[in-house]
Amino acid sequence: MNTTPNQKRPEFRNIHVTQIVGYRLPAPGMVSILHRISGAVMFLFLFFVIWLLQLSLTSELSFLRLREFASQWWVKLVLVALVWALVHHLVAGVRYLLLDLHVGVDKAASVTSALTVFAISLPLTLLAALRIFGVF
Amino acid sequence: MSIGSKRLVVGAHYGLRDWLGQRLSAVVLGVYAVGLVLYVLLAGDLGYDRWAGLFAAPWMKVITLLALASLFYHAWVGMRDLWMDYVKPVGIRLALQVLTVLYLLGCAVWSVQVLWSV
Repeated sequence: MNTTPNQKRPEFRNIHVTQIVGYRLPAPGMVSILHRISGAVMFLFLFFVIWLLQLSLTSELSFLRLREFASQWWVKLVLVALVWALVHHLVAGVRYLLLDLHVGVDKAASVTSALTVFAISLPLTLLAALRIFGVF
Repeated sequence: MSIGSKRLVVGAHYGLRDWLGQRLSAVVLGVYAVGLVLYVLLAGDLGYDRWAGLFAAPWMKVITLLALASLFYHAWVGMRDLWMDYVKPVGIRLALQVLTVLYLLGCAVWSVQVLWSV
């Protein structure tokens, strides 16, 4: 039996940054890396969120200033990004807690649950985005 | 932990504690976030008085303080894991970890001050 492969297949071990684009990540991998990215985004914008909380709580006047500030389109975009980060991080986090409890550990179930994370987080983010941009 | 009869494996022993702490703080944060979002969604037109009134209540201050403590612990463990996974040069990693701690401590002090100002 001929065991030598006809052609050298690509190997991905510790992939380098430059290989990321060509790397086919399965759904659980997408959930995982986005869990990290969403966490980092919330970390970086933490001071911004605390500042928003301060504006909302300090006085009637600062509350109105917050409303005015948040009516700008670029602030709305940042808010939508933060809502996505929170929702994805939360839903993916629930999935990880279930995995820790050995619920849905096999391959097929983990793909299904990963797709479920997107099926929940993306529509919720879309709803929030429509609300933030005043569609309803 | 012992491997064989002679070799003793030592370590800082913070692995399990951090692993468990990350999950407990996650549950606290998840419950707090969902609760707050539901309140805002169900409260209808939320003006300054009711919003500030919510955070002025002593029980809400205590709950929010617990959530904040969970948040800063959770963020520290998470960011430390990111730096440990992606930044290999020891000097740069240490610098980023120190900056992370300072940033989180600053945010922690500020957030508590904001919470107690109302």
